[in-house]
Amino acid sequence: MSNNERPNQLFRNLNAKIASIPMILTALVVFVGGTAWTVLYSFTNSKLLPRLNFVGLDQYHRLWATSRWLVSIENLLIYGAISLVFSLVIGFVLAALLDQKIRFEDTFRTIFLYPFALSFIVTGLVWQWLLNPDFGVQRVVRDLGWTSFSFDPLYNSSIVIYGISIAALWQGTGLIMCLMLAGLRGIDEDIWKAARVDGIPMWKTYLFIVIPMMRPVFITTLVIIAAGIVKVYDLVVAQTSGGPGIASEVPAKYVYDYMFFAQNLGQGFAASTMMLLSVVIVIVPWAYLEFGGRKRG
Amino acid sequence: MRYKILTAAFAATVALNFAGPAAATDLEVTHWWTSGGEAAAVAELAKAFDATGNHWVDGAIAGSGGTARPIMISRITGGDPMGATQFNHGRQAEELVQAGLMRDLTDIATKDKWTEIVRPKSLLDSCTIGGKIYCVPVNIHSWQWLWLSNEAFKKAGVPTPKNWNEFVAAAPALEKAGIIPLAVGGQPWQASGAFDVLLAAVGGTDAFLKVYKDKDAKFAGGPEIAKVFKAADDARKMAKNTNVQDWNQATNLVITGKAGGQIMGDWAQGEFQVAGKTAGKDYTCLPGLGLNEVIATGGDAFYFPLLKDEAKSKAQEVLAETLLDPKTQVAFNLKKGSLPVRGDVDLNAANDCMKKGLAILAKGAVIPWTDQLLSQDSQKQKEDLFSEFFAKPDMTLDEAQKRFAEIIASAD
Repeated sequence: MSNNERPNQLFRNLNAKIASIPMILTALVVFVGGTAWTVLYSFTNSKLLPRLNFVGLDQYHRLWATSRWLVSIENLLIYGAISLVFSLVIGFVLAALLDQKIRFEDTFRTIFLYPFALSFIVTGLVWQWLLNPDFGVQRVVRDLGWTSFSFDPLYNSSIVIYGISIAALWQGTGLIMCLMLAGLRGIDEDIWKAARVDGIPMWKTYLFIVIPMMRPVFITTLVIIAAGIVKVYDLVVAQTSGGPGIASEVPAKYVYDYMFFAQNLGQGFAASTMMLLSVVIVIVPWAYLEFGGRKRG
Repeated sequence: MRYKILTAAFAATVALNFAGPAAATDLEVTHWWTSGGEAAAVAELAKAFDATGNHWVDGAIAGSGGTARPIMISRITGGDPMGATQFNHGRQAEELVQAGLMRDLTDIATKDKWTEIVRPKSLLDSCTIGGKIYCVPVNIHSWQWLWLSNEAFKKAGVPTPKNWNEFVAAAPALEKAGIIPLAVGGQPWQASGAFDVLLAAVGGTDAFLKVYKDKDAKFAGGPEIAKVFKAADDARKMAKNTNVQDWNQATNLVITGKAGGQIMGDWAQGEFQVAGKTAGKDYTCLPGLGLNEVIATGGDAFYFPLLKDEAKSKAQEVLAETLLDPKTQVAFNLKKGSLPVRGDVDLNAANDCMKKGLAILAKGAVIPWTDQLLSQDSQKQKEDLFSEFFAKPDMTLDEAQKRFAEIIASAD
């Protein structure tokens, strides 16, 4: 053995590398390959079955001229803003409250996390009943005597997306709370003691010391929420199936409907490519900052 | 390419045609007939098929055709085909046939002389692609019906209307009595179908064909179609308080007298029947909305995917013959409320409304339906437009018509 020769990097941990080949192949073929295939076929006029008959950007022109797609995008933005802000704020506040060494913490945590155990379909159906004017909240309040009370968000085109957001928040904030709570528990007890010694009020400690320290947790949470926003589909199907009219349509539903109901794969692929693009625009700069930065640091 | 080889292999096995004993073969049949009246009708088909010594495995998919078709198609394209499946005959299965996934029934059709017994001829035409027959039509369903609740009009103190215009005029009286004048469920195809019916009734047969068959976009944006949009606007106003989704829930509003009427195909009749209502006494039906008495020859048909299993392929043939059997046709269509596809069957048991339909059919006042004329893609765009139109009272007629003309311009 010569003195300075290092073992070839390629053959280090050979067993582990061999073992991960199936997963690497799956990732490449299924995810990357599938994505590339979809993007490629979005430039064709495929109908029920994929065909390689290129029509350039026709599908995209049609997509952006369709009012249903525009409504879908608008809904996604509203729904996204609401979920992002409210689930972060409510989740964090709940976690902070639970962190005050209260009694029955386990019980509360279970209650808050419980909705997350339900699928979006079940959540959607439950809230469809709750928000139904003939059976739900409106009926209960009216039976109590306030007969002019009106609360039917799912039947009103202009506010239906908020009705859907309520259900999403109910389902999702429990998980965010748990993530935040884990983050809070990771903060060293000594920091709190130091802050107390310095006489910093509690809200200031949270805002200026604890939250900046929880940056990794926030980033993870953000990614989870953002992924949930873009792919929202089943909740809408269960609650309103896009109605009234097309007022609560979302992009994922457009993709599904055009691929399968309308038997127009090309149009569905174009829409899903646009969805991918929006995710890429959000994720890539973040991933670059997050992981690219860390390597240098 | 793979399909071509498969097809060749099938042709070879079918040609051998063993005359073995008819063993009980399970054949899965998928369909979307799940409401009360529909389920009763499909049970008749199952009974007839079981009587041949085979076994009907029911593959009902709930949630109407829009939900069921994607499931069926993905099973066929995904390599897990059922024994037979319902589609609306026309263009829904066109590409499946072109891809060679469906079984060619021409041999059986020639043997049993389908071309002679099936009427009107246009039914078999829509099963024919490239000169070969790929499906068995089982019934004629026409959309052009206005179902009226006699009870509701009595309560409102106005006579039951005889046509669409009288119905529109009676709407305020119905509303005053706390009755929804027109029930239109929230499923997109209902709004879109109601518009097509209005187009054929208010605009007339020629206008209907000019728009959907010739795809004349200029005409679709013109003054004649503007009249139809005016009528659709009336319908929109009359329907604004319907808070139900499914068509049979909307029909139920009419059955119980909570709504004055509904524009719905003759499959609604099965619901009236299950509820024990009598045509003429409890409810009134107006074909062509009482304005233009035509019926469309849409309907249901069974397609048979190519199968490898020889016993199942034999069973498919038996099923195809059973479906067109005169006895099955009568039993099935009476329960379903649709018209039989052969003219030589005895339908004395038919009720008032079915007899009206049969008379129109005998006169030959038939038009092809949108399932036969438009691709699913154009149909879906139309559904999106009209479900938005019906749900959005502030959408102007001009805007709606402009978008309608655009859809027609790009229709295929």
